Amino acid sequence: MAQTHDVAVVGAGPAGLAAAVEAAEAGLQVALVDGAAQPGGQYWRHYDERHARPDDRAGHHGWPVFAGLRERLRAARAAGRIRYLPGRQVYLVTRDESGTFTLRTTPSGAGETPETTSASGAGESSKTFATSSASGGSAPDAAGEITARALILCTGGYDRQLPVPGWDLPGVMTAGGVQALLKGHRVLAGRRAVVAGTGPFLLPVATGLARAGASVEAVAEANGTLGWLRDPVGAASVPGKAVEAAQYAALMARHRIPYRTRTVVTRILGQDRVEAVRISRVDRDGRPAGPVKEIAADLVALGWGFTPSLELALMLGADTRKDVDGSLVVAVDGFQRSSVEGVYVAGEATGVGGAVLATQEGRLSALALARSLGRPAVPGLMGRLRAAIGRGRRFAAAMHRTYPVPGAWTEWLEERTLVCRCEEVSYGDLRRAHDELGAHDPRTLKMLARPGMGWCQGRVCGFATAGIAACLNRRETTAEDLRPLSSRSLAAPVTLGELAALDRSHLSPDQ
Amino acid sequence: MTPAAGRSGHSAGADLVVVGAGVVGAASAYFAALAGLRVVVVERGAIAGGTSSAGEGNLLVSDKEAGPELDLALYSQRVWREDLAEHAALWEFEAKGGLVVAASEPTVAALRGLGDHQRRHGVEVRDVGRDELRDYEPHLSPELAGAAFYPQDAQVQPMLVVAHLLRLARGLGAEVRTGTEVTGFLRDGDRVTGVRTTGGDLPSGAVLNAAGTWAGAVAGLAGVRVPVLPRRGFILVTQPMPPRTIRHKVYAAEYVGDVASSDAALQTSPVVEGTDSGTILIGASRERVGFDRTVSVEAISALAAKAIALFPMLREVRAMRTYLGFRPYCPDHLPVIGPDPRAPGLWHACGHEGAGIGLSAGTGKLVAQALTGRAPDLDLKPFAPDRFPDAGPDTEEVPR
Repeated sequence: MAQTHDVAVVGAGPAGLAAAVEAAEAGLQVALVDGAAQPGGQYWRHYDERHARPDDRAGHHGWPVFAGLRERLRAARAAGRIRYLPGRQVYLVTRDESGTFTLRTTPSGAGETPETTSASGAGESSKTFATSSASGGSAPDAAGEITARALILCTGGYDRQLPVPGWDLPGVMTAGGVQALLKGHRVLAGRRAVVAGTGPFLLPVATGLARAGASVEAVAEANGTLGWLRDPVGAASVPGKAVEAAQYAALMARHRIPYRTRTVVTRILGQDRVEAVRISRVDRDGRPAGPVKEIAADLVALGWGFTPSLELALMLGADTRKDVDGSLVVAVDGFQRSSVEGVYVAGEATGVGGAVLATQEGRLSALALARSLGRPAVPGLMGRLRAAIGRGRRFAAAMHRTYPVPGAWTEWLEERTLVCRCEEVSYGDLRRAHDELGAHDPRTLKMLARPGMGWCQGRVCGFATAGIAACLNRRETTAEDLRPLSSRSLAAPVTLGELAALDRSHLSPDQ
Repeated sequence: MTPAAGRSGHSAGADLVVVGAGVVGAASAYFAALAGLRVVVVERGAIAGGTSSAGEGNLLVSDKEAGPELDLALYSQRVWREDLAEHAALWEFEAKGGLVVAASEPTVAALRGLGDHQRRHGVEVRDVGRDELRDYEPHLSPELAGAAFYPQDAQVQPMLVVAHLLRLARGLGAEVRTGTEVTGFLRDGDRVTGVRTTGGDLPSGAVLNAAGTWAGAVAGLAGVRVPVLPRRGFILVTQPMPPRTIRHKVYAAEYVGDVASSDAALQTSPVVEGTDSGTILIGASRERVGFDRTVSVEAISALAAKAIALFPMLREVRAMRTYLGFRPYCPDHLPVIGPDPRAPGLWHACGHEGAGIGLSAGTGKLVAQALTGRAPDLDLKPFAPDRFPDAGPDTEEVPR
């Protein structure tokens, strides 16, 4: 078995990058595992750096922060402090009696850059370790295993989706997916776009589409606008956010993008693909309350906030809680420690709050870990970080209160509306499982009607299924509703061949 | 046997309280309600929340040697195919048949011996030669030496069985109370006269302990010992595959030996089958580790390796998830079915180990017959609750 690292950081987005470099600079031996081919995560997703163009960073907030972190990653790798493993997904994490964690990884399919493929399976080599490009990574051990005495989980999140009639038509995408195509692949997903859902993330998606040449016909925001600016707690906590909002407002105006508040897409129309959307004014709970209008479009970008990725934390048994935005998140203390000894969590997995907050949490988790290992601390730094994180959390909570998922969203559904697209489970199927078969909780719904049992294992429909289950029982969703739809026994699909190679001890001599 | 529960006894309260809304509880509730009893099912969690949702849904005769369990399995087969025939589609009943494969000639010879023995006791067995294997399963490894085909082996979707049997029972007047935990028994001297629950007292003519792997703890509340222990098993679930990629339940001959073993250490024998939804299920591991819910790398790795040995094409197929469950296991591998003479009024239907789905239908019907004072179609003596010594070394910690 190869070296056991002081810490393995999972995820190379804002939180993971900050955690990895901070830990390395504090003197720890770090493994940094990431599913993408190059660092940055979803937030700083960008085109293949080997073919970079200056405008790839257009619309990127905090790009200098990323550039700084990337430079520190490069330096730490050159110094042999960080072993960077891009293009690999952790599918299983275990903890042995001595407290050592083992991460089992599988190629994510995103890391097939020439530098990583040439080294794959070859074990650690000085050539790959000292490679000059940030995107080139080290190879894990032959079996894809990484061991570490502590973990910092910075697994981020992904778009939260709500089903609506027609959402399974081609041309309907998540807001984050549209953004990823633009930023990661320079691909414009449509010409006439409607961006809908709730939250400030709709704005960069809409302006990004407009900048790339699409006509953005409308941004449909389900809630009232910019309430957080008037929220004394929220606006005062993070003044920079007000500036950011003003910049977006100016961009929206420049591109003449109509911004409709208290408006939702109640139906997506089209034969073989999206042709139009039907939008409706809604009341505070999201019940259609006003005139209905149809808008022609070939692209619909839907975003209802984000769902944190909790697979690895839940696999280790970490305590969770329901956050202000209704998502299940890992419960952490003031030093980013989860309930499991040696497991720190930073970024969206502890509550969706954006990149600035994630970066601060990543730093704090690394500093707290380093201190627990007896490394000297910079006086006052942790205190300042904790204060900043407190302000960031208060701001995030104010945003979540301003942009909630409308309570009556299930009323947009029809009997035939698919909720689980992998297994083609409709809202009617769920209702029947509830009414006739006694499925009163999400887990039982899942077992009797199969939502969340397909390829995505509930990543797309989990939040919606929990919400439907709660709604059918006339109550609010609870952490207990969300947990069975957030935990996955394998955090990523893995071939049986890879599983078979994990442990050779079961093979008898004649096999 | 005296009528233990009858409509005459109580003006208020139930004739029968069933503890546990797993497959055995659901089948018992259904047949009891069908027999005219007023039934209340109490379940501390959700329906099918325990071992009933943690298996493959097997209705097997192929893995059983002659004896009381095979008798119960064959009886259950009739109940599934006759009494419950009209509902079969609701729970995806599929008489797919089981193919038991052998890797070597000596194993084939042993398989033939087992087959002859089973045939004498009413099991249908077809010998399958090496050159016929691919007609049954096109993707089987060419290195296998032979097989035996068991056309009676079938599969159901067990959670749907539970949900629909309870639905049918409710249609017959039964009541199902989930989120209701039994905390004790109502007693009249030795006699059990109902249960205490987190939702209040429930007086009842009889109480049926169908708490599966947790039945020992329920029995303990009545002061009687029923040694049911957890035997952990993992199942791997693959990505959806084209229909009929794997047509039967396919397992290696060593499985029969593993099922009958009492070893606490990990045993794995490959059991591979397709489902209606296209996924392929890969079992079966067995180990006695209490109620440990952490994923065992050793177990899932062994399952994957052994499945690939049977079906080499599975090597590149992806596993999407794994799940685990705790088989309710008794030291002699037989279930506990019938009235408990140590606590009159208390009945048991538990301890079916890994065969509970298949055995549930027969168990439920037999229990209903006995409860209503009829002679059961099958002698329940081998399953007697008081057949175990009063104390033993087998009590393991039983957490919630």
